[in-house]
Amino acid sequence: MSATPSTAFEIAAAVRAGSVRAIDVLEAHLGRIAARETDIHAFNLVTADEARAAATRIDDLVAAGRDPGPLAGVPIALKDNMCTRGVPTTCSSRILEGWKPPYDATVVSRLAAMGAVSVGKTNLDEFAMGSSTENSAFGVTLNPRDTSRVAGGSSGGSAAAVAAAFAPVSLGSDTGGSIRQPAALCGVVGVKPTYGTVSRYGLVAFASSLDQIGPFSADVRDSALILESISGHDPLDSTSIPQGPLDLLSVLDHDVKGMRIGRITDMPEGADPDVLGRLEAAFDALRAAGATIVDVELPSLKYGLTAYYLIAPAEASSNLARYDGVRYGRRVDAVDTNSMYMATRAAGFGDEVKRRIMLGTYALSAGYYDAYYGKALKVRRLISDDFARAYATADVLLTPTSPIPAFKVGEKADDPLSMYLCDVYTIPTNLAGHPAMSVPFGDSREGLPIGVQVMASTLGEQSMFKVASALERHMNSSGGRS
Amino acid sequence: MSPAEIVVAPNDGSYLIDGYELVCGLEVHVELATATKLFSASANRFGDEPNTHIDPVTLGLPGALPVLNRHAVELAMRIGLALNCTVQPSTFHRKNYFYPDMPKAYQISQYDQPINVDGWLELPGGKRIGVERAHLEEDTGKSTHVGGTGGRIHGSDHSLIDFNRAGVPLVEIVGRPDIASPDEAKQYVTELRQILVAVGASDAKMEEGSMRCDANVSVRKPGAPLGTRCEIKNVNSVRSLGRAIEYEARRQIALIEAGESIRQETRHWDETDGRTHTLRTKEDADDYRYFLEPDLVPLDPGTEWIEAVRAALPMLPRERRLRLSQATGAPADGEAVMVVVERGQDDYVLAVAESGADVARALVHVKEAYAEQGARPSVPAADLARMIVMETSGKLTSTQAKTVLAELVANGGGDAVAIAAAKGFEAMDVSALEAIVDDAIAAQPDAWAKYCAGEEKAMGALVGAIMKASKGKADGKAVTALLQSKRG
Repeated sequence: MSATPSTAFEIAAAVRAGSVRAIDVLEAHLGRIAARETDIHAFNLVTADEARAAATRIDDLVAAGRDPGPLAGVPIALKDNMCTRGVPTTCSSRILEGWKPPYDATVVSRLAAMGAVSVGKTNLDEFAMGSSTENSAFGVTLNPRDTSRVAGGSSGGSAAAVAAAFAPVSLGSDTGGSIRQPAALCGVVGVKPTYGTVSRYGLVAFASSLDQIGPFSADVRDSALILESISGHDPLDSTSIPQGPLDLLSVLDHDVKGMRIGRITDMPEGADPDVLGRLEAAFDALRAAGATIVDVELPSLKYGLTAYYLIAPAEASSNLARYDGVRYGRRVDAVDTNSMYMATRAAGFGDEVKRRIMLGTYALSAGYYDAYYGKALKVRRLISDDFARAYATADVLLTPTSPIPAFKVGEKADDPLSMYLCDVYTIPTNLAGHPAMSVPFGDSREGLPIGVQVMASTLGEQSMFKVASALERHMNSSGGRS
Repeated sequence: MSPAEIVVAPNDGSYLIDGYELVCGLEVHVELATATKLFSASANRFGDEPNTHIDPVTLGLPGALPVLNRHAVELAMRIGLALNCTVQPSTFHRKNYFYPDMPKAYQISQYDQPINVDGWLELPGGKRIGVERAHLEEDTGKSTHVGGTGGRIHGSDHSLIDFNRAGVPLVEIVGRPDIASPDEAKQYVTELRQILVAVGASDAKMEEGSMRCDANVSVRKPGAPLGTRCEIKNVNSVRSLGRAIEYEARRQIALIEAGESIRQETRHWDETDGRTHTLRTKEDADDYRYFLEPDLVPLDPGTEWIEAVRAALPMLPRERRLRLSQATGAPADGEAVMVVVERGQDDYVLAVAESGADVARALVHVKEAYAEQGARPSVPAADLARMIVMETSGKLTSTQAKTVLAELVANGGGDAVAIAAAKGFEAMDVSALEAIVDDAIAAQPDAWAKYCAGEEKAMGALVGAIMKASKGKADGKAVTALLQSKRG
């Protein structure tokens, strides 16, 4: 038997070929979890028993001469805001503590049908609201590259799980950067696909018009593999685009000769010099690979953050109203219904969630709607228009993923505004519904990973993956230094 | 005629209370007769065990998403087209408020872009009541409050919730304030109900709650600006609707006459005391924080679908009344035509006529004897036709005809000739009848003398004796005619 393969792509191939057993692959990952999880806290729950049963079923299929599917035996970690039948799904919130969904999210059932093996539910900022996973009711997730620092958020647990090799791949959700920012901070690949390419059915909603599920992985190819597997129309999600799965693996080897890479000349300022340095290096690498760098202007981009912090909380205030103690999750009894609502929600939600519910409720209130929510929708349209103009001259745009590398635990915890600024480069793509991904592109002088964000227009995933793949090839060929 | 005598009648002058006009608009919610719910695959069924038609979407479980029911859209379009509305591209909004039987703490409804707009409903007498909009939305669950008083949540010990109704598709039909009397309101709801049933959109039963009616009521002096309105809820029958509107109008008039002002509020109709009571005032109104439902996409049925639905609409009650009226000579807004069309038995009446019977007699018999029968009566049209032919040719008296018909209805059809024979209803010939009449006159000379002197009441004793002697086989009309001719 050969050595345990490390990427999802290799694992699936080896398990399907019968050269490696799924159970051995799984045990190798469970071993790493056992060794390091207490230091990292990537998971809210490790489902080792269920995973062993699933891996054994895969091996039985292979032994019986049947194909378990394109993800045969691939361990995968799921952000704990995706519903898993019979397995607690908490959103890292006290208000959902103990709740077991009676159904699987579409992504969960698709992955299982393709032979993937879920190893557990990963930690997140409560209801995906945050950029450091410090807002989890169950404790912070630490950055495997430096455990004094945060893993980013809100999908910090999923990013850390891949960075710590607890699983070769994981799923996160991205509402304003919640996949890309932790990917950048942990030094892994993270993809937010075009809105509507991956079903949201079973993803616990934060802001429905912005939320999108996507993969984390150690390399670009694994993200392409997972995204191909989970994308494609789902009749249970009305916002799902009626088309088949994305075709990504086939374009990874394509070169970027002649591609137009956009540089945003009026990009929001404030990024760390090391981050800007790596961005320049990325432009250089692509130019050297034959791409053309073009300047584009996106004047309304600077309003993106403000618009986002009206639209996302507004939707959240409505989406989270269902946690009322009546049907499931936590209930704090009180003398009458209204008091029960208040006691339940006061005890069940953390500060950041309460802050955003209040923000959103205010933004939608009679007399304030036009000035806040209504205006934010107009900004959203302007940003889309700006992007449309930019993509008329550029195939992809390149920006930093995060303005700064991973910060210390507690450094920003008491300063919501500086925390919100972490998402300044990632938010606009969510507002436009476009795809974007973070690719590790070297380290800061302190040795912290830095990610470059590749953005593309609606359903421009192929261009985006081509460029991401070229950046990755450049890093591999330069041995980690460009 | 001097100009002073010309009176311009407000509301066409038909209805005034103490010199005040009534201004009323109705909001009617109807449950659509779909197999499944508006946004999920659970069954849309009334009366089953609580919480047996539920699923993640119905319960508003985390992560569940709505998927619009195509059949519900079709039924909504049928309603809109039957009410002369424009069917247009539409969107869904969230109406946010907390209530235990509202699983998501928001209702998915249509707000500023409803599917149907700008229509009207024509009352049987010809008056048109405007329809502002008829939009799609989902129903809530049903709460039962245990303990306390009056079944209200306030003061109850605990509440039970049945989510079978949650997510059931509704169309809310918002009428314009064109209704000027309690009777018009009743006519509107009755006519609307028939239209809804005719197009197959709903069974529209107010008693079961599949049709629910709220009334916006205000009063004003003729020519004065609109008064402050109150919304009346909990009206559970057509009769109650009329009572509630009249009570509310009188309550408002009394306040105005006493120099007080009307408070804009929602009021609850209490069937037992026949009054309306404050439910909530405008100040308590929720801020619903409407915004576009991000989990759904805009709904644009497209011209082709709309026109297909329009083309497939059945004949509506108004046209059916005209058709029956023209066939029978009975007035279109007369009781017989109204009742028979409401029961959906007009096709049947016409089928009876096609089988050779007199259509006017068919109308009368069906109206009288088919109250318990639905749109497809159990008696074959040909069987009823045969009985009517016997009646109109004098082989059966009208009393005998009723008896035979009762037998036909009880048996779900049969041979009228055989039934008549079995009951001994053979025709009585004129000479036999004349002999009996002569005997009766001879036996009661006093009565005959009084009758001849012009005392019509005296005829009763003679007719009674004749009917008795003929064992009920004599036709009352024929007897009367004979007596009159003999009196000269």
